[in-house]
Amino acid sequence: MKIIVPIKRVVDPSIRISVKADGSGVDTSNLKMSINPFDEVAVEEALRLREVGTASEIVVVSIGPAKAEETLRHALAMGPDRALHIETDEMPEPLGIAKLLRAVIADEAPDLVILGKQAIDDDSNQTGQMLAALLGWGQATFASKLGIEGGNAVVTREVDGGLQTIRVGLPAIVTTDLRLNTPRYASLPNIMKARKKPLDKRPLAAFGLDTRPRLTVLKTEAPVTRTAGVKLASVTELVERLGRAGII
Amino acid sequence: MTVLLLAEHDTAAIADATLRALAAARQIGSEVHVLVAGSGAGAVADAAARLDGVARVLLADSENYDQMLAEPVAALLASLADGYDAIVAASTAVGKSVMPRVAALLDVMQVSDVVAVDGPKTFKRPIYAGNAIQTVTSSDATIVATIRTAGFQAAGEGGSAVVEAVSGPEPAALSEFVENFTVTSDRPELTSARVVVSGGRALGSAEAFERLLTPLADALGAAIGASRAAVDAGYAPNTCQVGQTGKIVAPDLYIAAGISGAIQHLAGMKDAKVIVAINSDADAPIFQLADFGLVADIFTALPELTAALEARAR
Repeated sequence: MKIIVPIKRVVDPSIRISVKADGSGVDTSNLKMSINPFDEVAVEEALRLREVGTASEIVVVSIGPAKAEETLRHALAMGPDRALHIETDEMPEPLGIAKLLRAVIADEAPDLVILGKQAIDDDSNQTGQMLAALLGWGQATFASKLGIEGGNAVVTREVDGGLQTIRVGLPAIVTTDLRLNTPRYASLPNIMKARKKPLDKRPLAAFGLDTRPRLTVLKTEAPVTRTAGVKLASVTELVERLGRAGII
Repeated sequence: MTVLLLAEHDTAAIADATLRALAAARQIGSEVHVLVAGSGAGAVADAAARLDGVARVLLADSENYDQMLAEPVAALLASLADGYDAIVAASTAVGKSVMPRVAALLDVMQVSDVVAVDGPKTFKRPIYAGNAIQTVTSSDATIVATIRTAGFQAAGEGGSAVVEAVSGPEPAALSEFVENFTVTSDRPELTSARVVVSGGRALGSAEAFERLLTPLADALGAAIGASRAAVDAGYAPNTCQVGQTGKIVAPDLYIAAGISGAIQHLAGMKDAKVIVAINSDADAPIFQLADFGLVADIFTALPELTAALEARAR
């Protein structure tokens, strides 16, 4: 079975971003960039399915600027077979991304698409669900466990009240939660090998799709920040202060 | 502007998250309709009809919607979309799964995690784990949005809407429910609790997490939360996780015990009215936003705090 894993290049999760003073957006220049952590979990899960003989081919796809190739090489070093880079400097919204991925899936005919549940930059949590809708496929979001049984994906999902297990007929869309697995580190030999793996590039315009944004960002502001309060010397003082503030 | 709000319920009562999302829906449009789906949901539909600000309740009484699986619920919402200017739901696990699917079926972009309504098509939403707030306006004919409920007050009673039966398309058999593993608790619900007591990795074990946090939560009538590190380590169930990808809380009092304060955790609790941090590391980032900080060993400070609160209550 063939698995497609879409991945996104984002600001590294350990970096604290800052908002531009003129309100025009987030300053991402010269920041360390990484694969979106949820997408790395998705790559790892696909590799595990190949290791147990369920999957035979894994293709990673990224939509983004020239430097997204670095992110694809990072993923390839983990083990996927090949990559597709859809090049664009204008990042489409999740709906546009889902339309591009639908076109890729029409070409590649995978049995399973595994995506991160959300990107840690825009925090939208939409692409997988939208892609499933456009394809008319079943979806299993927020997966913390994934198994393939017959023609189905059996997925345990992290939901508000606990865990829910559902069975989704293949082909299907699965989106990952962080507890699905712990991604491997790429070894140096694999990083070297990844440089020679096939990486196909296609300009976004070649797809002939309307991926213009539907949302206009009017402004981007820093949130109201809290300042540090007081450090107290003892539990007694803490209880006294909470009492005085009328909280307890 | 007419708004359709997807209700979540357990066939007995409407979820608190839906009551809060109703407040946001009323800010988006002047007329709000509520969709109640699921077999045996008639009583819930009647309760929805009594909510303040609800003009009409649509009841889809069918077992197709019993587990709120995304495919049939999204198909139902899309089939009802005609005539609505906006379709909204709370940013819960159900809302997050269903609504992007609805948006794609309608060929519109969803606005995720609305924290403020600036106009019928203009919203504020957090990005980068809440480290920036975007104001966005949509050019789509129909707004599809999820509401981050922590900042909205739950709607009360005071309405007398009509309940109308609706039905959706016969669903394609794309997915099926197998089982739920539900974590039950007598405690207040985490996302609506007035007080939250949260534990981090410093607790060291599931046993210590339970032994130290449960009595403290009991003394305060609090819900129990956890950092991602504590959940990953198996000290607490995933339902307790507070943070960027967990639950977003805004209680009157948030006590962070043995939590260092990663950006991702702060994203889930920084809107609490009062934050107390107890940590042995004086340089832990959590102290940078705590109103009251206590540099102390949690293994002695938490029992001491519990005893002091119990003594105070007597």
